[in-house]
Formats: sequence, C-alpha cells, structure tokens
Amino acid sequence: MSAPHDRGGLPTREPIDQTSHEWADWEHLVNALVGVLRRHDLINVDELRRGIEAMAPTEYESSSYYERWSASIEHILVEKGILSAEEITAATREIDAAWG
Amino acid sequence: MSDDHTHPGLQHHVPLSERAKRAVAIHRLLARKNIVGPDEVRETIDRARRRSPADGARVVARAWTDPTFKTRLMDDAPSAVFELGYRLSRDAGLAVIENTDRLHHLVVCTLCSCYPTSLLGQPPDWYKSFAYRQRAVVEPRAVMREFGLHVDEDVVVRVVDSTADLRYLVLPRRPSGSEGMPEAELAGLVTRDSMIGVGEARKPA
Amino acid sequence: MGVGAGELQVGDVVVVRDETPAHHHRTPWFVKGKTGRIASISGPFFNPESRAHGGDGLPKRRLCSVEFRQVDLWGECYGESDGDRLLVDIYEHWLER
Repeated sequence: MSAPHDRGGLPTREPIDQTSHEWADWEHLVNALVGVLRRHDLINVDELRRGIEAMAPTEYESSSYYERWSASIEHILVEKGILSAEEITAATREIDAAWG
Repeated sequence: MSDDHTHPGLQHHVPLSERAKRAVAIHRLLARKNIVGPDEVRETIDRARRRSPADGARVVARAWTDPTFKTRLMDDAPSAVFELGYRLSRDAGLAVIENTDRLHHLVVCTLCSCYPTSLLGQPPDWYKSFAYRQRAVVEPRAVMREFGLHVDEDVVVRVVDSTADLRYLVLPRRPSGSEGMPEAELAGLVTRDSMIGVGEARKPA
Repeated sequence: MGVGAGELQVGDVVVVRDETPAHHHRTPWFVKGKTGRIASISGPFFNPESRAHGGDGLPKRRLCSVEFRQVDLWGECYGESDGDRLLVDIYEHWLER
C-alpha cells in the first residue's frame, strides 16, 4: 500500500527511545556533505529524499539515518554521472586497506 | 596525496559500515576532483555545530516579551527571525505555531525528519525514529505522556505533520511566575522539547 | 490536475486526491481521499515532484496547510480526544473542493 518512508500511523507498540547517541565523525561528514552538495547545486533536497525512497524496503528499514543519506547521495551522483559506482567502490577499498 | 588531515570521517579503530565507508569515499573522490573544496565539509560541520536550541529559545523569549515582535513572528516568521540575525537554510520556509490554554501543538515529520535546524540545531535521534514518526500522528497524547507531558482532555491537541517546505517551531506557553523576568533569563526556561511540543517551558526556580 | 492556480482559499473544505503516483511526492498516505479544511496557505514553492526528478520545479505550487479531524483520519483507531486535530501541508494540485 505505502512506500517504506511513508510511516505515519503504521502500527507499533514500540516506546520512544529518548536516548541520543554521540554522532560519529562520518555522520557529521554525511550531514555536512549534503549541505555542500546543495550549495554547489549538485543535489537538491527533493532529489535526496527521492534517493532515500528508492532504497529497497528491507535496506531502508535496516539502515541507520545517515546510512540512508549515504545511499541516496551515491544514487543521485551516479545517476548524474558525477561519480561512478566503480570508482566509489575502489575508493572504499582504499579506505579498507588503509584503516582495516 | 594524503587527504586524511583535511578530510574528516574516519576515527581510528571505530568499525564503519559499508554505507558509512562509501560516504567517506564519495567525499574523498569529490575533493580529489576539486568538485568540492578541501575545507568545505569541515567548515560546514563547524557551522552546523554552532546552532542549538538556544537560538530558538531566544526567539521565543523575545516573542514573550515584545508583542509587536510576536505579531511579526506569527505573520512572517522568516523576516522576524532575521531581525535577530537568523538566516534560514535554503529551500524551506518557517512557520511558528502558538500553544495556548486551549490548544497544544506537537510537531512530527512522518515522511522523513523535517525540522527547523536553523533555530534548533540537529534534531534528537527520537525525532527521526520510526516509533515517533509512526505514533505521533495517531496517538499523540500517549507519546507526550512518555515524555512526561500530560495534556488535559479539554485542551485540543493539534499534531503538525511537517511534510513539505515549511518548518515548524512551537511557541510554548509562558510559564506562570515568570512575570518581570528579563529576556535572557526567560530564554533559559525554553527547552528544545517545548519547541517541538513534547514538553512545556520550565517554571522559574 | 485538479484545480487551477489561485482558486483555493483559506476556509475551503477540500478532499485530498487518492492517488499514489510512482514519482516522488510529499502527500502522506493517511490523508489521501480524506476531507479537511484549509487553515492557511503559503508559498508558492518549487514543485518537489518535478525537482526530485531533474525538473525545474515550475510552475511553482502554493502549499496549503490542511486541518483534519483526527477521527476523520483514523476512525475508531483514534482512541484519544474527539476534538483533536492534525495539520498537514499539501500542495494545491493535490486538493479538490
């Protein structure tokens, strides 16, 4: 019936977890990167949302907030031909090699 | 070139998910290609860290003490907060909604996490949680009780689902006993939660 | 596309179009097909349904803050107070009188 982001009123008995986690550096990075990309007119907020909504429902549900943003940034930048998925994967493996 | 010093995103010995690493990789590639400047992300992080609920509290305290400012704030919030030096982020408008003895507002974004970051900083984790997004629209009083706020039966609860281009700031009720307090002290009574609607302003000590 | 620009006014009773297009849109499922009243109008803003897909967002659309009675949205599932309301911002082209 509805897409995974369209959550208002979906039944749940889960209490609201009021604890807040300290942001990791990468979460600050993702949040800021979106701001930078918006200023450069490389991505707008509607595209960011569309990229999040394009995630498979299971991945949407299991991802953290900024993991969803990461998925969307990649989706939009690849779609626009600004970066390729292959070079992002290669750069990700460089990070693995350097940092384990 | 080594970009570890100028490009944030990796804390030693903190395991990162694939999506987290890919975001760091995307930033490195954009910097290498000079699509984004070397310090832009760092500067943006620093700017974002300077915003906090203290900004929204200043707006509320001014509205409590200056009726003509409050009128302007309710009519045209972006212009009114600009008077206090606040510039809104791109793409979004701002509306202020007033809590009274008869009407209580609670703000949620069921579709994502729209929030007036220009005045409140980053939203708390719970605001972005599935539980809050799902429950706030259909059982707002139960949600508010979890935050310790009991709204009387004869007060109308009006949930605001902030789904589009407007961000909402709740103007909480001024607490009794705060008469004559200077504006700066009043701002100290205004909590983040009272500007979302899951709380009320603190009573003076 | 429903109504022409400028036709809707504050106070109008409106029905939200009951559609789920494949493209990005900002109308939550639980107000589709429901009846409410326009409490205020702002904008116009760029149309997100266009801007999300590489379009220029034109023509801009006015944004209507539509107030619903909670019992009209949820029926018996709404177990709180009968007077409670919900306000949702909906672009004008989603609304019909």
